[in-house]
Amino acid sequence: MKRHGLTITGAISAVTLVLTAILGIAITPPDVTQKEYARFLYLHPPMAWVAYLAFGVAALSSILYLWPRTRRPFFDYLALASVESGVLFTGLVLATGSMWAEPVWGTYWVWDARLTATALMFVMFLGYLAIRRMGGTAEQIARRGAIVALISSINVPIVHFSVLWWNTLHQGPSVLTPGLSSQGVHGAMAWTMLLSFVAFTTLFVWMILRRIRLEQLRSGVGVGVLDAAIAARVAEGDAVEVSA
Amino acid sequence: MLRDAWAIMTKDLRIEMRARVGLWQVLPFAAISLILFSFALGPKASTLAQGAAGMTWVGVLFATFLVVGRSQSLEMGTGVSEAQRLAGVDPAGMFLGKTAAVGIQLLAIELLLGLGAKLLLHFAIERFWILIVSSILATIGLAAVGTLYGALVAGARARETLLPMLVLPVLIPVLISAVRCWQAASVSSGLAIGEWLSILATFAVVYLAAGILLYGQVQESQ
Amino acid sequence: MTVHLEPAATSLALAFSLSNVVALDGAFPVLAGASVSGAMGTLTAIVGGNGAGKTSLLRTLAGLTAVTRGSAIVLGRDVSGGGSELVGRVGLLGHNTGLYDELSPRDNLRFLAKVTRSPKTAVDEALDAVGLSRRVGVTPLARLSAGQRRRAGLAAMVLRSPELWLLDEPHASLDPAAKDMVDHLIAQALRAGSTVVLTSHEPDLARSMSHALVEMAGGVVTAIHQGKGGIVDVA
Repeated sequence: MKRHGLTITGAISAVTLVLTAILGIAITPPDVTQKEYARFLYLHPPMAWVAYLAFGVAALSSILYLWPRTRRPFFDYLALASVESGVLFTGLVLATGSMWAEPVWGTYWVWDARLTATALMFVMFLGYLAIRRMGGTAEQIARRGAIVALISSINVPIVHFSVLWWNTLHQGPSVLTPGLSSQGVHGAMAWTMLLSFVAFTTLFVWMILRRIRLEQLRSGVGVGVLDAAIAARVAEGDAVEVSA
Repeated sequence: MLRDAWAIMTKDLRIEMRARVGLWQVLPFAAISLILFSFALGPKASTLAQGAAGMTWVGVLFATFLVVGRSQSLEMGTGVSEAQRLAGVDPAGMFLGKTAAVGIQLLAIELLLGLGAKLLLHFAIERFWILIVSSILATIGLAAVGTLYGALVAGARARETLLPMLVLPVLIPVLISAVRCWQAASVSSGLAIGEWLSILATFAVVYLAAGILLYGQVQESQ
Repeated sequence: MTVHLEPAATSLALAFSLSNVVALDGAFPVLAGASVSGAMGTLTAIVGGNGAGKTSLLRTLAGLTAVTRGSAIVLGRDVSGGGSELVGRVGLLGHNTGLYDELSPRDNLRFLAKVTRSPKTAVDEALDAVGLSRRVGVTPLARLSAGQRRRAGLAAMVLRSPELWLLDEPHASLDPAAKDMVDHLIAQALRAGSTVVLTSHEPDLARSMSHALVEMAGGVVTAIHQGKGGIVDVA
């Protein structure tokens, strides 16, 4: 059953990704003002959505892990898987954003609230991955990770508002002006964008399913090993007695 | 909870009074950073005055790591944290007590750095109350976040690099807001501070609550 | 075989009851199915070679180690989660004192008195009980000798007077007078109704003083002998 879920999401994701690529590159027209750069529309917004979704999932599953009644290793795996793909997508969001912003805005980076909050989210969740490498038992690692994921995510809105006010109260209106031409989004463009959201969301689901599976296999190995380790440990005592 | 917090705070401050690590290591470090900033940006008086608030708070941020690291190292003696758990020290009380002790030390550093900013960087003080209120709120936030993350990484070998990496991004709202408040305090009128004080207050409340709720779990992960 | 003990029944007579306990340090089973129990108000001595699991057993009894398999009930509470169910009721004195190095024994005990809501007079009583002089009492722990630090650790136990005393090799590296002092404190604790578990390298000594002598090897309990409980109280 689980295997099927994995295969189906993988298939949907692959098909929609290919379709998005074909529609996005070959079928949809270039934008009047942004020209070919408008094609970032099928890449950047869906990846940004997935990035925020990933951190939402990570925060939620971390709460479930920290709450003693709902504590299961599964929620730790889920949080870890989400943060890992979240970090990847946040990195891609920042990269594609800069690549788009340079020709369209004339700069790679502005200290806009949304951009800054995203960049900080990226750094904070890199911190999550760093603290998981601190070592200790699986439970210690899981608990530390969950705490960091939780207290990092409650910071995202605070960062957002502080940067928003920091920027607007100082420099006047934000540099961010609508990116697309006043004609609105072309029909084919809208469909392609919708498809890209489906494609990247299913890709995300597929990635975390695979990652969770890996983590489950890794921990499952432990059961047989534990029995062997216990037997070896008891034998250790016998050896002492014989020699004594 | 508050009783344990009081016991922890007085204990920490007593140790610091004796050891004078804060006096002999943290303060000179913060002062040197202030002087370095002035070399980097000076010597024009108006430029220095403009950057004074920012430089002071970056110095405070760096001092936070030293104070927090020191504060956590006290609890990391072999068997110490276990002994406190067995003795029944309330984790929330432990968190509040350590946060309070760190905060008091940070306030002392802010006071002296503020004085340094006034003397060396020509930082004008027009509205003193803004300075006081914003510093206290910012310090609660710094101390709470520092204590929470400090305890989380206390057992790590690479804690000196791990702590800034985790904490600096989190502290950015405090840095922005505290600097804006200090800038507002240096002019007699004009700059609004309502938003900044509300961010500082929200931050302090959110992370105090997070610490009270989570510190027990943090200790169990040590 | 796993024995499930009813907490209600055990809490009346048994101070602690471990059954087939497996406890891990990383992937290594420090306890590999240890079973032992002890009645309220008795002295249990645990003997065994280095690495037999004696200290791990004490830590499990203190609720400091999570139990991977088996059951662990201490003072009527299930401590298999390794959580803080026993807050304030158990005292553990290991090779390190668990006190703050930066503070003197007296300041350490004052702090402990505050957090355990003990009267301030108990501080001096405890220092006197372990024979720490006024001068030593105010010197930071880091500057004291190993024997003096051990006395400070014992003073903390006396101050807290927990229901369950867990002493990891309490006689190690002490002079004869200090050993007598330890025995005296243990006898006092027993008289006050506390339960004591200690580990020892010296089976003869342990046998003569304890109610039960527990032998450990390879992370399991290999034998339990009933003793006379004849601890010598020098006072």
